[in-house]
Amino acid sequence: MSETPHLTPQQIIDLYSAEFGIGLKEARINERGEGTQKRMSYDIWLRVDRNLLRPAIQKLIGIRFPHFAVIAGNDLGTEIELLYIFSVFYGAKFGEYMVTIGISLPKSDLSIPTITDLIPGALFSEREKQEFFGITVTGIPDGRRLFLPDDFPQGIYPWRKDETGIPPEMVKDLWAIDRPANRPAPPVPEKAPDAGEKTSEGETS
Amino acid sequence: MNDGKAKKTVPYTVPIGPVHPALKEPVMFTFEMEGEVVKTVDFVPGQTHRGIEWMGMRRNPIQIVHLTDRICGICGIVHSLSFARAVEKIAGIQVPERADYIRTILHELERIQSHLLWAGVAAHELGFDSLFYLAWRVREQSMDLIENLTGNRVNYAIVQIGGVRRDISDDQRPLIEEGLAYYRGLLDQMAKVFLEDSTIRMRCRDHGLLSVDQARLLCTIGPTARASGLNMDVRQDYPYCAYGDLDVKATLPPGGAHGDVYDRIIVRLLEVGQSVDIIQQCLDNLPAGEILWEQKMAKILATCKKAEGEAIGRVEAPRGECMHYVRMDGNEAPASWKVKASSYSNLMSWIPMLEGEQLADIPIIVASIDPCLSCTDRVTVIREGKPGTLTKDDLTRLSREKTRRLLA
Repeated sequence: MSETPHLTPQQIIDLYSAEFGIGLKEARINERGEGTQKRMSYDIWLRVDRNLLRPAIQKLIGIRFPHFAVIAGNDLGTEIELLYIFSVFYGAKFGEYMVTIGISLPKSDLSIPTITDLIPGALFSEREKQEFFGITVTGIPDGRRLFLPDDFPQGIYPWRKDETGIPPEMVKDLWAIDRPANRPAPPVPEKAPDAGEKTSEGETS
Repeated sequence: MNDGKAKKTVPYTVPIGPVHPALKEPVMFTFEMEGEVVKTVDFVPGQTHRGIEWMGMRRNPIQIVHLTDRICGICGIVHSLSFARAVEKIAGIQVPERADYIRTILHELERIQSHLLWAGVAAHELGFDSLFYLAWRVREQSMDLIENLTGNRVNYAIVQIGGVRRDISDDQRPLIEEGLAYYRGLLDQMAKVFLEDSTIRMRCRDHGLLSVDQARLLCTIGPTARASGLNMDVRQDYPYCAYGDLDVKATLPPGGAHGDVYDRIIVRLLEVGQSVDIIQQCLDNLPAGEILWEQKMAKILATCKKAEGEAIGRVEAPRGECMHYVRMDGNEAPASWKVKASSYSNLMSWIPMLEGEQLADIPIIVASIDPCLSCTDRVTVIREGKPGTLTKDDLTRLSREKTRRLLA
C-alpha cells in the first residue's frame, strides 16, 4: 500500500476537486474545538456524482487506507442520499479526519455498486441499507437481511418517509396495550377499580 | 455404523443461539463442524432490533438524549454523548469547559467498569470462577462512584445537550480520589492473576487470531483492533471533550501484537490503568464554571428546533468507536439519525477468529471481542443425523473440561 504523507483537510479536498472536477458537487470542512485548549477536530464532507462513488472511495484508499464506519442515509423526498462515513489518518496524534462521501439516488433507480471488494467490512452496512431503505446493492456477496426478522413484510423500508415506510397500522403503542388476554392469570389478582365485587376465592385484603 | 449411502458425513451443522437470557443483544450462530474443528461460521444478528432510530426520528433531541441512555445497559454514556455532540455541532452550541471534563471523567469510569465486567465474563468462560468473583467485586467500586456522581448505576441520565446535568462537588472529589487509589493498588495484582496464570495463557495465547490486515479490512475497532496491532483510538486520533488537552495514547500490546485472545485481555487490563490516569488528570485540571450551556430546557429545545444541518458525533466507547450521524432540517425531530454502535463494526471479525478453532473455544473467542452479548445459550448438535440439544451449561462445561485437560 503506497502511503501518502499526512495531509491537511484542505489538501484532501484539493486532491478530490483536481481529480473529479464538476463531479465533486459539494465539499466543505466542519471544525470544532472542545476542552480548555479547543484543539480542532475536522470533518470533511464530500458529495459526488453517483457514478463516482467507487472512484471516490478508491481515491481515499489511495491516500491512506481509511477506517470505514457506516453508511448513513437520508430520505429527501424524490431521492435518497447515502453517506459513506470514513475516517483517515488514524494513528496520528490528533491527526484523524472524518471523511464523508455522499451520493444521491433518484427513487426511480435505487441501485449502487458494492464496495465490499474494496472494504470487506462494509458488508453489514450495505445489507442494512438494502432492508432499511430499499436500496439494491449490485454485486453484494451476501444479500440476506441483517437486522429485520424473516417475517417482516417485503416492500416496507423502515427509514423511508414515503408510502413504503412503516404504515400507521404497524405501529403498536405499547402504552395503550392492556395485559394480553392469552396469558395465565397473575399470581396476585389485580386490584379491581371498584371494591363492589368480591370473589369467593378468599382473596380479600 | 452402516455402510452405504445414508451415512452422514462431515461437516456437521451446529446452530448456537439466538437467545441468551442473561445478556443483551442475542445473536444466532451456525457453525459447520468437522469433528471438533469449526470449518465455517455464519451468524444472524438483529434478534432484538428495537427500531430506536425510527422512534428517534419522531421525537425531539432532548427526549432522544434519554432514549440513547437506553440503547446499551453497559455503555450508558457513550451513546448520549455521541448524540449530544452531534446536535451541539449542528446547533453551534458551545459546551462549558467544566462539562467537557465531567463528561470525560464519567466516560472513563464507564470504561473501567465495562472492562472489569468483561474480565469477569472472560474468566467465567474459561472456568476460572474465583477470578470472575474477584473481577466483579472490584468492579463495584467504579459502579458506586458512578452512582454517587450521577445518581444511577445504569442509565446515568447525566448528559444533556449543552453540558451535563450534575456537577462534581468538592465533597465528591475525595471519593473519586479514593476510588482511583483503590484501582491503582489493585492493577498489578489483577495483571498478575490474569497474565501469569499458565492455564489462561494456554487457553488464550494463539487462539481467536485476527491479523492486522484482517482487522483493517473488516473495519475492526477498539481494544479488538488494538490487540491486533492497529494503532487507533478516537481519544488519541480525534480530539473531543477534554481529550484534546490530555496525553492519551492508543494501548497496543507491549512487545508486539499477536492478535489473539490473550492480547485482548492485556489491552483491556492496561486500559483500566490508563483510564485511572486520565481521570486523575481531569480532576487535577478541572476548570471552574458552568456545567450547562443553558439551564432552561425550553430554550435548548427552541435552539435545536431552529437548527439545520448535519453532523457526526463520535467517541471512543469501551468497545471501540461509537458514532451517531444526525441531520436536522428545522423541525422538532431530526430528519435522520443513524447509530453506529461499536459492536456493529466488530462482529464481522468473529468469522476469521472462529474458523479452525474447537467447539470448546467458542465461548471465550466470542466473548473476546467484548460483544454486547455472549450468546451460547442453547446448542443443537446434529451427530449421525440425530439432533441432541446442548444447553449453555453444557457448552460452559465443555470449555471447563478443556481447561482441566490442559491442567492434567
